[in-house]
Amino acid sequence: MISIEGLKKVFTTTNNQITAVDDLTLDIKEGDIFGVIGYSGAGKSTFVRLLNRLEEPSAGKIVIDGQELTALSTNQLRITRQEIGMIFQDFNLLWSRTVKENIAFPLEIAGVAKREREDRVLELIELVGLAGRENAYPSQLSGGQKQRVGIARALANRPKVLLCDEATSALDPETTNAILDLLVDINAKLGLTIILITHEMHVIRKICKQVAVMEAGKIVEQGNVRDVFMHPQQRITKKFVEQVMGTGNEHDGVEELINTYDSGNIIRLHFVGETANQAIISRTAKLFNIDINILQGKITQMQQGAYGTLFVQIDGEPKEIARVINHLRDETSVEVEVLRDVE
Amino acid sequence: MWNSLFPNIDMQDLWVATYETFYMTILALIGTFIFGILLGLLLYLTMDGGIWQNKVLNMIVASIVNIFRAIPFIILILLLFPFTDFLIGTIRGPNAALPALIIGSAPFYGRLVEIALKEVDKGVIEAAKAMGAKTKTIIFKVLLPESMPALVSGITVTAINLIGYTAMAGVIGAGGLGNYAYFFGFQRREFDVVFVCTVLIVLIVFLFQFIGDYISNKIDKR
Repeated sequence: MISIEGLKKVFTTTNNQITAVDDLTLDIKEGDIFGVIGYSGAGKSTFVRLLNRLEEPSAGKIVIDGQELTALSTNQLRITRQEIGMIFQDFNLLWSRTVKENIAFPLEIAGVAKREREDRVLELIELVGLAGRENAYPSQLSGGQKQRVGIARALANRPKVLLCDEATSALDPETTNAILDLLVDINAKLGLTIILITHEMHVIRKICKQVAVMEAGKIVEQGNVRDVFMHPQQRITKKFVEQVMGTGNEHDGVEELINTYDSGNIIRLHFVGETANQAIISRTAKLFNIDINILQGKITQMQQGAYGTLFVQIDGEPKEIARVINHLRDETSVEVEVLRDVE
Repeated sequence: MWNSLFPNIDMQDLWVATYETFYMTILALIGTFIFGILLGLLLYLTMDGGIWQNKVLNMIVASIVNIFRAIPFIILILLLFPFTDFLIGTIRGPNAALPALIIGSAPFYGRLVEIALKEVDKGVIEAAKAMGAKTKTIIFKVLLPESMPALVSGITVTAINLIGYTAMAGVIGAGGLGNYAYFFGFQRREFDVVFVCTVLIVLIVFLFQFIGDYISNKIDKR
């Protein structure tokens, strides 16, 4: 769907050159939600703006849906841009226009007839959940509502690609979640490809399927979100994963746990994208004649299911406990580590 | 009562003079608005990082604006006599004042327009570009509407300047309240005429200020 080859952007100031995006090569599949994460100054914002040539690339090739964007004339580019939606951190709505008129703006640009425009606007207002606020001005809306207008506006011309430039960074956590849900919903309903840049790992965790980690203009790590979460390779990636998963020092309290709970087995369950058996704990407790006591842990939900660690104490006949462990190992995708065996 | 307080006022003359002041102010204001917007847009679009970035053109426009703003208005009128004569066919009367009034105030308003346009959120312009807007669309659907309250308060300030200019032009024969006050009041030592003209001019200024503020507030949805 989108293929990027050797993309480069160099900013020249009076006395030095800054390479914001450095020889980037990337493929993004159709219908994907592709996240790019990095700290400010990593070049991710420049990267997303290169994709619709708001910044002119210094070198490299961008092909979107078979069309080589980097080879287009200014005029052709203008028309192609109508098929690439974009939403912004600061929403960038026209304060002089109402919600309806803001959403109609890209349709006016594309030369859609008035009647058709009105129908499409109403459709979009419905889609983003802004019914009843059609005639409000942006100054009368909350941040989340403003971003909904931004999304509706970006979708007006039925784009194939949606670029999100820190789209939730100006919103509070609850609103962020609502907007992210809306993006997932749109991705599923309309099948459009979403490229999202952010500095918040929980945004990646919540909605992305693929992730690329950017540092100093380069992609240092890339892959399936679950894989990156499970096995972060780079130092920077580990730091991002810690943002949502904690510092990874869960072993700190293990000795204490083992000392405090002196009966039964203590085992560690590692959830890696478990989706099929959501009720593992309660089911196991029903299936076997044992007691399960949850000691500590952290589970988080990703697009591909649950991910995290749980420490549990299993009390019962040693034989029964052994059967439980075998069951967990064989029947579920949970990784089991026995920290203390009664035998 | 009126006749004893203002013995030298001829209502017919006063009415004509007031009408001429309005006539000059409003026509000159329309001209100033058009040329000022053009100058302001040109300054804004050709500036460093602008859509039509062009150092040379920007410098030329800026120089013209600065030169005409530097010339005192009364001298500008004298300087423009040949031009006015060529354009209007006379150098007397309200119509003859129009070229000087417009040339005198358009550069000033042009600067105000430039400032107003610079206040438009860069992000909104970028969003319009990302939607594939033409420069024409950006000018007429983003830049001008988004800066409209500032453009209106700018034209209000300019209008008040213009009323002052019409009075000055009146002194050298353009008609209007300035003309009436000078020739019928000052030169004949009939100061009640000067007084009444002053009051009327102040009222006209208040009227323009009021209308300008009202419109500016009405259209500002921020």
